Amino acid sequence: MMLPVLGEVKGNETEAAVTAPLSALDELWFQVSGTVCNLRCTHCFISCSPENHSFWFMEREQVRDALEASVPIGVKEYYFTGGEPFMNREIEGILEDALQYGPTTVLTNATIMPERRAHRLAKLRDASRHSLELRVSLDGITREMNDAIRGEGAFDRCMAGVETLVAQDFLPIITCMRSWPEEETDRMLAGFRKLLLSVGYDRPRLKILPPLLIGEEAKRTRGYADTERITHEMLEGYDLDQLLCSRARLVTADGIYACPILLGVPSARMAGSLHEAVRAPAPLTHSACFTCYMSGAICSNMPAGGGEGH
Amino acid sequence: MSFPVGPPGGGATAGPGRPVQYERIAVFGGIYSNHRALRAAVEDAADRNVDALFCLGDLGAFGPSPDRVFPILREAGVQVIRGNYDDSIARGLDDCQCGYTDPRDNEYARLSYRYTFASTSLENRRRLQRLPEELRFRLGSLDVLACHGSPRRMNEFLWESTTPDHFLSKLARDHSCDVILGTHTGLHWAREFESSRWYVNVGALGRPANDGRTSVTYAVIEADGTSLDVEFVPVTYDHEELAREMREEQLPEEFVQTILTGWWTTCLEILPSKERARGRF
Ligand code: SF4
Ligand code: SF4
Ligand SMILES: [Fe+2]
Repeated sequence: MMLPVLGEVKGNETEAAVTAPLSALDELWFQVSGTVCNLRCTHCFISCSPENHSFWFMEREQVRDALEASVPIGVKEYYFTGGEPFMNREIEGILEDALQYGPTTVLTNATIMPERRAHRLAKLRDASRHSLELRVSLDGITREMNDAIRGEGAFDRCMAGVETLVAQDFLPIITCMRSWPEEETDRMLAGFRKLLLSVGYDRPRLKILPPLLIGEEAKRTRGYADTERITHEMLEGYDLDQLLCSRARLVTADGIYACPILLGVPSARMAGSLHEAVRAPAPLTHSACFTCYMSGAICSNMPAGGGEGH
Repeated sequence: MSFPVGPPGGGATAGPGRPVQYERIAVFGGIYSNHRALRAAVEDAADRNVDALFCLGDLGAFGPSPDRVFPILREAGVQVIRGNYDDSIARGLDDCQCGYTDPRDNEYARLSYRYTFASTSLENRRRLQRLPEELRFRLGSLDVLACHGSPRRMNEFLWESTTPDHFLSKLARDHSCDVILGTHTGLHWAREFESSRWYVNVGALGRPANDGRTSVTYAVIEADGTSLDVEFVPVTYDHEELAREMREEQLPEEFVQTILTGWWTTCLEILPSKERARGRF
């Protein structure tokens, strides 16, 4: 990873023009449950909660229109996020629609995953030739560690959710925000493997995300420093395709945003329609862009290019 | 001597120019140093009345003695393009940049990369450097683009369960072709994604397709008017002998197990859930 060269940033001088053009719309994200969530995690970078109604649920019809519009554009994958997507009453129908168009990923906290639902999801999965991925957020290898962030009872309910999904032969991607010093990551990963094995998940897929210092997380730890901004110098020789916003857009009940991180940020609101939104470049002026710059496309299931492999 | 060596009369073109036309071809995917499977595949293809042989890159990695595949390819006149592994080895990059979260996977990937790098002669590294990134030719009346990962990125994975039709249409449109041939994932599949437009992942010769069988796969592809006949050919070879060589070279036992059992044992993170669920690990 290239280290940023912190040039002399004089005030807001360089801010206006730092942008990333959309090289291809590979990932179409849906803010399918808006900012509504059954949990109120202390690290939630968009501050979701049962009371946060700044973004409302998307309707199945709205999602279907965007799916249809994505065909001529040649979108590769669909992601559904929130809030908690399973708070949306139409979610199963929405996923059924999406799976007809392409591979579909849902980001969930898995705390409301009764067996009936997992069973229905398994049926949708088996009926489609596309993969249905469930990405489950879990933020600790112990009840104490997780619930300190996700709230009391969240650990037990999430583990029950994972167990239910695994029983239906799902292989959920367990996602965790790194709330520990980097050198402890290997120990944590080993801890997650052991924990997941205890509910029958013997080939866990794990994804560790860096913290985004906005929303609730800015209160829990710290916000970005003034120097933590992408500058023009930093972009010299930098592969912009590493940033999610060069390959993705977020559809919400109220317009299109550059990416799922900057939901509700006025400068990141691109347009009302997908066709307009793919023409405009994403502004990289927000402090959260700094984390993407340092860590790459943290939101995707796979980094751009999917790693090297064979 | 330049490499690849095309068939008499010149082969497919890496750049602009009038494309060569074939009717029936054999296409190999990643070889990963499996010289035994490669030899068996070349012999198998010789009986199948094909006009040309292709290999879509990743000559090294995983297996033993990487230099051994080069003479086989040259003697058989296989037209070769560059894979991401070839690219790393040719450019002398530090490691294969797999970036797995499992420290075990990382360790194996590093080990086999270092081994492959150290055991590839300078001359062969230069050959890798000269390989084209894509080839274009005609198969009957169809315009074919042969690449390693995808036409837009050498290391892009095109898995069956994560590659929707309209995305393939976009690739074909952006790169002006009717047929896209690729490898890189190690799992073979084919689909007519729109009328008379095809994607074929030819699979890999280097290791089995994570299906519990020890055979490996290549593709025989024939033009049939505006249609395409794709046959995935299983190749059996002396995999036990290859396993013995791998052990002799002290390659990871996990890799050896894949050759002996037909199940992938490492680096499984790259698999989407549908493909992952079909394997044992
Ligand atoms: S982090 Fe996820 S689960 Fe927690 S409040 Fe935010 S949206 Fe809900
Ligand atoms: S937060 Fe990240 S993905 Fe979003 S606009 Fe900034 S750099 Fe792009
Ligand atoms: Fe490859």
